[in-house]
Amino acid sequence: MSPTVKKSSNPLPMKERIKVPRQLMPEQPAEERAHNFSEVNLGYNPVLAQQEARRCLECAKPTCTDNCPVGVKVKEFVELIVAGDFLGAAAKIREDNVLPAVTGRVCPQEDHCEGKCLLSKKVKPLGIGYLERFVADYEKRMGTHVVPSVPPTGKKVAVVGSGPSGLTVAGDLVQKGHKVRVFEALHELGGVLVYGIPEFRLPKQIIREQLDYMREMGVEFETDVVVGRTVTIDELMGEEGFDAVYIGTGAGLPQFMNIPGEHFNGVYSANEFLTRINLMKAYKFPTYDEPMLDLQGKDVAVIGGGNTALDAIRSALRLGARQAYVIYRRSDAEMPARAEEVHHARQEGIDFQMLTAPVEFISDGKGWLTAARCVRMELGEPDASGRRRPVPIQGSEFDLPLSVAVIAIGTSANPIVQSTTPGLGTNKRGYIQASDETQRTTRKGIFAGGDIVTGSATVILAMGAGRRAARSIHEYLTTGEW
Amino acid sequence: MFKIIHAEFLAPGIKRFIIEAPRIARKQRPGQFVILRIYEEGERIPVTIENSDCARGTINIVVQSAGKTTHLLNSLETGDQILDVVGPLGKPSEIKNYGTVVVVGGGVGTAMAYPTAAALKRTGNRVISIVGARNKELVILEPEMRAVSDALLITTDDGSYADKGFVTDKLRQLIQNGTRIDLVVAVGPIVMMKAVAEMTRKENIHTVVSLNPIMIDGTGMCGGCRVLIDGKSEFACVDGPEFDAHRVDFAVLVQRNSMYRDAEQRSLAEFQRIASAEATARELEHACAATRASRQGDRQ
Ligand SMILES: Cc1cc2nc3c(=O)[nH]c(=O)nc-3n(C[C@H](O)[C@H](O)[C@H](O)COP(=O)(O)OP(=O)(O)OC[C@H]3O[C@@H](n4cnc5c(N)ncnc54)[C@H](O)[C@@H]3O)c2cc1C
Ligand SMILES: Cc1cc2nc3c(=O)[nH]c(=O)nc-3n(C[C@H](O)[C@H](O)[C@H](O)COP(=O)(O)OP(=O)(O)OC[C@H]3O[C@@H](n4cnc5c(N)ncnc54)[C@H](O)[C@@H]3O)c2cc1C
Ligand code: SF4
Ligand code: SF4
Ligand code: FES
Repeated sequence: MSPTVKKSSNPLPMKERIKVPRQLMPEQPAEERAHNFSEVNLGYNPVLAQQEARRCLECAKPTCTDNCPVGVKVKEFVELIVAGDFLGAAAKIREDNVLPAVTGRVCPQEDHCEGKCLLSKKVKPLGIGYLERFVADYEKRMGTHVVPSVPPTGKKVAVVGSGPSGLTVAGDLVQKGHKVRVFEALHELGGVLVYGIPEFRLPKQIIREQLDYMREMGVEFETDVVVGRTVTIDELMGEEGFDAVYIGTGAGLPQFMNIPGEHFNGVYSANEFLTRINLMKAYKFPTYDEPMLDLQGKDVAVIGGGNTALDAIRSALRLGARQAYVIYRRSDAEMPARAEEVHHARQEGIDFQMLTAPVEFISDGKGWLTAARCVRMELGEPDASGRRRPVPIQGSEFDLPLSVAVIAIGTSANPIVQSTTPGLGTNKRGYIQASDETQRTTRKGIFAGGDIVTGSATVILAMGAGRRAARSIHEYLTTGEW
Repeated sequence: MFKIIHAEFLAPGIKRFIIEAPRIARKQRPGQFVILRIYEEGERIPVTIENSDCARGTINIVVQSAGKTTHLLNSLETGDQILDVVGPLGKPSEIKNYGTVVVVGGGVGTAMAYPTAAALKRTGNRVISIVGARNKELVILEPEMRAVSDALLITTDDGSYADKGFVTDKLRQLIQNGTRIDLVVAVGPIVMMKAVAEMTRKENIHTVVSLNPIMIDGTGMCGGCRVLIDGKSEFACVDGPEFDAHRVDFAVLVQRNSMYRDAEQRSLAEFQRIASAEATARELEHACAATRASRQGDRQ
């Protein structure tokens, strides 16, 4: 960058900027959207985007960027929006982030970029996520993706898992001229972005277009391959001639509470519930063959307070649930879900039963769920995570009548690849050991990143790991050094 | 897309398919299964791999018509394609020399037990097989089972072939005759596996059953396939499908498999209505395509 101070194109004097309120995101009215799967947020138009962009203080030390896991150059892309160069803004984001249409929608901005925006000291932070989404959608409408052509290097890389982490690695490496093949266990590509996060938060069309673009760039995809079972990593690196492998298999295994009655009909894991809906389109039964329990007029609860929990219960509401509860054992302040989702869920009429935990599921005697026996909690001393530990209140038990309960209390490492790849180091929770800087594992030529290394985290952290991995895979392939 | 290179009925409603799936053929071990999805709107269903040919890159499956998906599958012919086949899934059967093993196959379970019986035989076990079916027509894989068994006992519920009775009658006879049995492997309807388990529990004979809960992904991701083993949830697709019969809660398995009964019955009735009368796969395919097209309108 040139040392001379660039003149800002922002016409608004500095002191005026904090007087402009944060531009509201246009959204579907709560009472309407509670009955459909269309996207809740409708997106800024150019006028709103520019008004919002002009609020940026163009900080000398942009803490927003420091706090973005992939270091998106926020100040610079926002300036380009102010200047009206929306495609330029998109290109600027793409230097650090290959899926801006996704991250703009699902990043927990309050924990990352917006959480450290200077504006937030006085007023609401800049709508960085909203702006990121705006330019990504604008670019898509203009259809201006250019497919870069690069000379082939003759090296082959296998990517295991097609979640955001694997897709980032594939996109970055194919642009370096390496041949990349992505192996996915399911019949659809995209990982949690397709089977987990519902349409009303992240339209699947966005992922489909991204995948088409990657295919155009030359990335090959093979679905229906469970690496470790259908083919092992050693076979990929042996007979199949791959020079390096990236493992991005995610933290896909649902945890249960191990309380009585979890096997009753009507008790789902969030993964199963959301997979039936998003991947198998069970709500379109009988057009689609996969069934699910009819939720029309039923009382449904989700247990947990993360994004997964909210996605599940808001889906249930959209499928006709009469009462839709979130049962969470801590208080509002500890809920790990994105702030915007909690806000939207409240607007839609989700009933939050905070400081509450189920201790048992009750059935009709024939194995069908009828209620959850719950206890109220109070917050005690902080635990290892620094959050105050919930403690049951004596004698506070009550039964919450329910037809369906969805358990969303977290996931753990998918062990299939680890258990079939000798010498691949794991930590005591079963996640793969990988270097923070290079994403190298304990086995030469094998890299790993995303949820399978960190445990359940976020889309952008998974992508950040992918980006680092791509860089060090490229280095390894060109130097041969480990 | 996975091509069906051969399809033939073994019995009414039971069909064997040879499918091109080179990656799966190379890795398959007895006891493992695939999950398949026939077409875009289809559900994912688990089916055991009956046999595989590594050199030709093919796997065999044997499918019994139960609900819509298996009916649709059994309407497919040589040359047709299956959209998705993934596997091999599940833990392979534990194959070693136990001594004398009794392999019990009920109905289509015979096809599921066959690869395990064959492997046990190859490992030097004395294999006594008991095959049961409702009637003569439904006895499948008799020559195949005979070839891998030291003795083959057959029962039919109605006595239309071999001995009248249930597989458990034969097992009881073996036990009463003082046959030394080191292991029983039972694959078939849940009631049959439960009956076998109860009989061998009393005799303290180690018994393995292959459970068939409802599955989606088959990789441990959804938890839908959980079964109660010694009161604890285990995932049949990764921890099984074979389990120690004496630790299985069969009642819960029956209960969970009934979860979608209403929907399944509606689905099958609708399918049969569409498919009624005509017999050829082509007509059926047209019927399916037509319903799909006619339903496009519903989607908005
Ligand atoms: C319902 C839900 C909502 C969420 N909401 C948000 C949100 O709003 N914001 C946010 O930032 N994060 C959110 N997250 C978390 C985020 O989605 C994950 O952190 C992220 O997807 C991790 O990416 P990944 O690439 O590591 O793995 P995944 O997205 O999990 O992808 C892994 C892929 O690997 C495949 N795979 C697994 N094993 C194998 C194998 N052996 N062989 C081949 N393929 C295999 C899987 O099928 C899957 O497709 C949410 C998660 C869930 C479940
Ligand atoms: C590991 C495993 C291996 C299997 N191997 C074979 C095989 O080799 N050949 C074969 O024909 N079948 C096999 N099955 C059973 C097969 O998956 C089911 O028959 C199939 O899913 C039914 O689908 P459908 O749509 O035709 O019937 P549905 O409409 O889903 O069900 C019809 C009837 O079958 C019952 N049912 C539903 N799901 C199952 C199930 N998973 N198992 C048994 N009954 C069920 C229902 O209660 C209902 O009464 C296996 C199942 C598992 C879990
Ligand atoms: S990628 Fe996520 S954290 Fe980074 S700037 Fe964009 S919205 Fe913020
Ligand atoms: S911290 Fe906020 S105000 Fe400062 S440059 Fe970043 S977005 Fe703009
Ligand atoms: S089928 Fe989903 S976990 Fe077993």
